[in-house]
Amino acid sequence: MPRAFTPKVITANALISGEVVYLTADDRWSPHLPQAELLTDEAHAQLRLVEANARQSEVVGVYLADMASTDHGPEPTHFREDFRRRGPSNYDHGKQAVL
Amino acid sequence: MYSYTDFDAAFVAERNRQFRAQVARRIDGSLTEDEFKPFRLMNGVYLQLHAYMLRVAIPYGTLRAEQMEMLAHLAETWDKGYGHFTTRQNIQYNWPTLGDIPEMLDALASVEMHAIQTSGNTIRNVTADHFAGAAADEIADPRPVAELIRQWSTDHPEFQALPRKFKVAVTGAQADRAVIRAHDIGLRLHEQNGDLGAEVIVGGGLGRTPMIGKTIADHVSLDDLPAYLEAVVSVWNLLGRRDNKYKARIKITVHEHGIDEIRARVEDRFALIRPTFTGAHMDLYEEIRAQFAPPGFRNAPTDAFDTAYAADPVFRAWADTNLSAHKAPGYAIAQISLKAHGATPGDASAEQMRVMARIARAYGHDELRISHEQNVVLPHVHKSDLPEIHAILKAHGLATANIGLISDIIACPGMDYCALATARSIPIAQQIATRFDELKLEHDVGDLKIKISGCINACGHHHVGHIGILGLDRAGVENYQVTLGGDHTETLALGDRTGPGFSAEEIVPAIERIVTAYLNHRENAEESFLQAYRRLGMEPFKQALYGDAAKRSQAA
Ligand code: SF4
Repeated sequence: MPRAFTPKVITANALISGEVVYLTADDRWSPHLPQAELLTDEAHAQLRLVEANARQSEVVGVYLADMASTDHGPEPTHFREDFRRRGPSNYDHGKQAVL
Repeated sequence: MYSYTDFDAAFVAERNRQFRAQVARRIDGSLTEDEFKPFRLMNGVYLQLHAYMLRVAIPYGTLRAEQMEMLAHLAETWDKGYGHFTTRQNIQYNWPTLGDIPEMLDALASVEMHAIQTSGNTIRNVTADHFAGAAADEIADPRPVAELIRQWSTDHPEFQALPRKFKVAVTGAQADRAVIRAHDIGLRLHEQNGDLGAEVIVGGGLGRTPMIGKTIADHVSLDDLPAYLEAVVSVWNLLGRRDNKYKARIKITVHEHGIDEIRARVEDRFALIRPTFTGAHMDLYEEIRAQFAPPGFRNAPTDAFDTAYAADPVFRAWADTNLSAHKAPGYAIAQISLKAHGATPGDASAEQMRVMARIARAYGHDELRISHEQNVVLPHVHKSDLPEIHAILKAHGLATANIGLISDIIACPGMDYCALATARSIPIAQQIATRFDELKLEHDVGDLKIKISGCINACGHHHVGHIGILGLDRAGVENYQVTLGGDHTETLALGDRTGPGFSAEEIVPAIERIVTAYLNHRENAEESFLQAYRRLGMEPFKQALYGDAAKRSQAA
């Protein structure tokens, strides 16, 4: 049996602001993880990655990040992605300021 | 203090103009990220976890008041109102937008500052003893040599694509406050038969493979020093392992070839290039040195200090921990702690920066220093001014009396900011400082340096902390490894690992157990943690950390 594919989202930093963003199903870059397109199929994920990587004038540092599928959308499986979607823990300077 | 020549100013302006154009071309899509990245790294711009980061050099840690005010202006105008001082005498801005960075660099240039060679595989910002020009134990001010090296290394055509980054630190005192044996090159200025020169140390470094630097030359005359440094870097530039970035630093080159072979190669190379240094470097050195002439110290009574010291216990506690001996009579070196209990080590708000600048201007001969321990230093203050200085600091949350104590923690940005991190550092530092403040123990514990890194790169110098903490990712969970017995001074030593690491919840209690064990085992209050560790070894601390489990695994 093939190994189960861990669901993923495409994430990057916005080119000018540097803010963490996620690729949505309708091809927008959203600052909010719940709006990200959850990729559950490996081939589709690779295709989306190629498409996202082509958007060089919008974002920087595109990659696939592991997520769990939950009722309220994708949830990080690793603490690094948890910090990225929220902001630093010493100040409310990141996304947490507006969440 | 050093002022830019017309050449320096024109050079920085031209670099800024080029970078502005590069940013514009990146934003309009003419440059891809792959094409742009080398340019931004040449100018100190990183992409971090949440945003871009701009790293600005504070050469040899020295600032004038107007420069500190400009750092405040940057923090307020283009960042979120603060900056982070690092262990390499840089300041980092965590939230600039790419489009604003050219403006920031122009603003910096207006006060003779820049971000050139603060990243990339180049010779980085040259660091120095933060007590330079002030310390009672100083033989020579290291800053003119550091400035000479900066000028020599900036845009050096042969050294723009080195195998890896290259860091130089200089001290001119007996005590080593610049961790010179943990740098690619460390220089200790000294005199031999009246000739000023440097002991040259190579191949030190922390990171993945920590190494203590080795002496390659006992005494290189100042006149020979630039050619000698060029010989060292150029030998490494050829031999350095470009095939493997983990083996590319000079410490590995020295380790693989042996110091004797490296020395022989350097001497050959030196013989070849020494004749090309025809004396202009010494003229330049003399010009630079003249600019670092000591300020006009005043001769005045210190009664005001003595009165406050006797009357005010808060002032006394601060004076006891935060002052150091100055070479001029009646003067002191005062450290401003950026480690208020529970605050982020090394962070200063724009307002605090302005306050420090004001104090430097009014009382401190217009000088400030940034220490590698992430504090700010007023290098020259007359003791009679200290009560007033202390009152101002206190009013702005800057009078924490903890220099050298357990809450004076070095912590790198860790996973709160750094893209390379494997765990967070800042919250651990905050919790340890808060905890020992609650226990009201830190003055009793005395001299104890905790240093925390958020990954193996060791920017937080954890190997050389009396207690070192290294944050790792163990199967998707933050885990903290502890080392004991490191030493960051002239008797540099790497700490020993205690054993298995601790979770984020366990690490603060674990540190508390180590400290309790020290208090229980020390011979008397005069025996410092490091002395006690050296006498006792790891065993009692292991026992305190792991209990009988440690014994069992030893028996097995
Ligand atoms: S030690 Fe690691 S986590 Fe800390 S600043 Fe350096 S690279 Fe980043």
